[in-house]
Amino acid sequence: MKRRDFVGLSGLAAGALFIPNIPSFAGNLVDPARLLEPGVDAAMKKRLADAGLNAAKAAGATYADVRIGRSLNQNVFTREKQVQGITSTESYGVGVRVIANGTWGFAATNNVTEAGIAKAAQLAVQIAKANSKVQKEQVKLAPVKGHGEVAWKTPIQQNAFEVPIKDKVDLLLSVNAKALEMGASFINSTIQQVNEQKYFASTDGSYIDQDIHRIYPSFGVTAIDRASGKFRTRQALSSPMGLGYEYLSPKAADKIAGPAGSDVVGYKNSYDMLEDVASATKQVKQKLTAKSVTPGKYDLVLDPHHLGLTIHESVGHPLELDRVLGYEANYAGTSFATLEWKAKNIPYGSKLVNIVADKLQPGSLGAVGFDDEGVKTKQWDLIKEGKLVDYEKIRDQAHMVGQNESDGCCYAQSWQDVQFQRMPNVSLQPGKTKLSVDELVKNVDKGIYIAGNGSFSIDQQRFNFQFGGQVFYAIEKGQITGMLEDVAYQANTQEFWNSCAAVCDQSDYRLFGAFNDGKGQPSQSSAVSHGSATTRFNGVNVINTARKIG
Amino acid sequence: MAILSKDDAHTLLKKVLSYSTADECAASLRGRTAGNIRYARNSVSTAGAQDSVSLAVEARFGKRSGVATCNEFDEATLRRCVQRAEEIAKLAPESPEYVPFIGPQTYLSPPSSATTLLTAATRAQAAAESMTLCAAKNLSAAGFLDGGTRFVAQRNSKGQEAYQQSTNTDFSVTVRTADGKGSGYAIADVTDPAKLNAKNITERAANKALSSVNAKAIEPGKYTVILEPAALMAGDDLSLLGGLVYSMGAREADEGRSFLSKKGGGNRKGEKLFDERITIYSDPMNAEVPGNAFDDDGLPTKRQTWIDKGVVKDLFYTRFWAQKNNVPATAYPNGFIMAGGTQSTADLIKGTAKGILVTRLWYIREVDPQTLLYTGLTRDGTFYIENGKIKFPIKNLRFNESPIIMLNNIEAIGKPQRLAGCLVPPLKIRDFTFTSLSDAI
Repeated sequence: MKRRDFVGLSGLAAGALFIPNIPSFAGNLVDPARLLEPGVDAAMKKRLADAGLNAAKAAGATYADVRIGRSLNQNVFTREKQVQGITSTESYGVGVRVIANGTWGFAATNNVTEAGIAKAAQLAVQIAKANSKVQKEQVKLAPVKGHGEVAWKTPIQQNAFEVPIKDKVDLLLSVNAKALEMGASFINSTIQQVNEQKYFASTDGSYIDQDIHRIYPSFGVTAIDRASGKFRTRQALSSPMGLGYEYLSPKAADKIAGPAGSDVVGYKNSYDMLEDVASATKQVKQKLTAKSVTPGKYDLVLDPHHLGLTIHESVGHPLELDRVLGYEANYAGTSFATLEWKAKNIPYGSKLVNIVADKLQPGSLGAVGFDDEGVKTKQWDLIKEGKLVDYEKIRDQAHMVGQNESDGCCYAQSWQDVQFQRMPNVSLQPGKTKLSVDELVKNVDKGIYIAGNGSFSIDQQRFNFQFGGQVFYAIEKGQITGMLEDVAYQANTQEFWNSCAAVCDQSDYRLFGAFNDGKGQPSQSSAVSHGSATTRFNGVNVINTARKIG
Repeated sequence: MAILSKDDAHTLLKKVLSYSTADECAASLRGRTAGNIRYARNSVSTAGAQDSVSLAVEARFGKRSGVATCNEFDEATLRRCVQRAEEIAKLAPESPEYVPFIGPQTYLSPPSSATTLLTAATRAQAAAESMTLCAAKNLSAAGFLDGGTRFVAQRNSKGQEAYQQSTNTDFSVTVRTADGKGSGYAIADVTDPAKLNAKNITERAANKALSSVNAKAIEPGKYTVILEPAALMAGDDLSLLGGLVYSMGAREADEGRSFLSKKGGGNRKGEKLFDERITIYSDPMNAEVPGNAFDDDGLPTKRQTWIDKGVVKDLFYTRFWAQKNNVPATAYPNGFIMAGGTQSTADLIKGTAKGILVTRLWYIREVDPQTLLYTGLTRDGTFYIENGKIKFPIKNLRFNESPIIMLNNIEAIGKPQRLAGCLVPPLKIRDFTFTSLSDAI
């Protein structure tokens, strides 16, 4: 938590002015109806963007891009029987990035006029020229052909902003009522929606209009045993998705049962919030009396909603080329997977480990037509049969690894932040041979099945990690035998992925999402998905996290 | 435009309130003018500037409330903003946690902020000094310098009015050896940027980087540790001390879902939960870490003790929870002070027979809210101490420890230093639990 966020503790329920609780990039609180108004049309945006590009070139830029951004957010928060807050925000402005004297410069303005954008462009060039005096490495961009005037839209079926707020409140309050009726002590539930309307133009000749949607329904249900003072929480098994409100219309085909005896249901492209809260309430009460784990080595069976976060931390981040090269050394850290390490051809994982980067996958958070520097998106291999084959790159990095093509991984959280390299969707490919979760569990002698993501921590070079989960089940001689508590596992990234012993097939594959992945200074947030099927890892070190305090 | 004077701010807020027809109305202005520079591999990577001011209006009809914001201040926009807040309020459900706005208050005047600020040129100069120093030693610097001025003004229809301006500059740098075998870190934050010496701070990080090369592995387990302030408090992430203090909410405790909940109901206020040498308080008037004079609700801050000689003295009460429990509400401070002694980190090392010196902890996450068990790792300078001296650098370690247990295992408390707007002493702790080794450098 940032020191300046301390005041945020007063919370929405206190009725305080909402500003400190809303990220600075979210923009102004507006009437919900405002979120349905169309933005400026593409012809006008082209005219505005050209004013910026021309001003940058006239001031001496050798390259410039202009991003006109309109970000819309709506969040509904409830607890128990009450609505805690409904916020609708709009942020509108322009960011101009330039190269002058071989150095980047950036400036942003919310004065979205030809004059305002031209002024920002001139300021960006001034900053670039000033910084070029202490610059040692000249910027070199991988070539991109101009795309002309093009458009892309997240393929949603129902725009969540068009759904009346009352319907969202009704859904959340019915979720809360279900939990309370089943004996939960407390419940918080939310629906968060994002619509990024982005217009990108560059001196390469691209004019790209994109309309991007994301949705994240979630809850946390708490059970308390007053007599012992023990409390436990079970978070939702939903994922944030690159979908519209259709995600909240459950379909039977999207439900995937966990192993027999586990009472876990996973969700693909639609989510049954009422069903999940019912099993969450049942499970959270079981957690209060579940057996405390005996520490030691176990074979772990990890469901996709859990494994997604492990993939995110131990594969997605270490393969970001800016970390590998040292650009994030002061905050997020560097990476063990250096160019020298890659050259040694050391196995990242077992032969079953095939991991792809993907900016196209339908329903994913990272899917866009073009990235924030006008590169058409694609899918590519990161790890093939256990061997590291590539990184995640943007235009000014490709030459540093002897390549001449960006991977389309450039992103800025808003028009007022400079774009930089972010993680694409990074997913473990499902097994090629038919394997169900029950078949996988059948062969485990002493193991733990973990569903949902819990506490997570990893070192700054991505060697050593520790993960918790939402629910844990003991596996003995191929059977689920009951719930466990106080479970966390610790491993080394390479040892862990090399212990990968089985991956379920495509029928079990689904997406997990990270809605607010932080990186950079000042920190920026991005959203990314990770797909996988239930996977087995052998002989992983499990610790017991129970402690006694006074 | 970003920083309005007290008079200009209140003239504007008065005008805004005059447009309202609501039962209650409150308006606030926030502005910040700031700039930053970021560098890595001894070269500038990005630089940015922020200049923004924003108005928030909250209108209330009975127990219904609506908020709208804007960042343009012509008369038509201001009127629209008030109108929008009123329209949203009329449509909103009644809040079961409604508390009326507060009336006129008396506020403290924390020590004034700096008048001279960094410019783009002086920021670039500071970064250049840091990079030049490292390049000369064949080291690689990655740093971030960010600073500026902010103001907050509040006014409501019950007669409350408040204004405060403050300045802050933060600098941190990670220095790595060319072969990647050593890494060091240093951080500082100041109210007055004239007091920031980027070169000296970089020198500290550079020395740690050079002396951390060829680290040896030790067995994980329970060790006596000396935690430097940067291992106890972080401005931009969860930390051992920040996590503890910021988890002291009364509502969560009373509801039974906090480490401060009491078996059978109620909270643990008044109980001795920590070593008697532990005292933590907030004081907006402290000259070294001047605080906020008022919080978002307009409540006046004052010197307030959270933990007194190991006893939980007070919890954070929101206005709603305070009203419900018939106790005074807590004004939220923007920092805290942990009382300490006079010993420096070097003195603590001298007095240690066997132990580990920790420069920084990283990626701290809560494992169990019931016990406030946290996990995380050491980073950028971890050393083994023997017979009062640093013997050799050691490989990084993962810990699983609760600050509650940690503050019961106190061996010594050093002299508090400023970090992330707080005053935090280095601590010597026995039986600190490390659970695994990390190869990260």
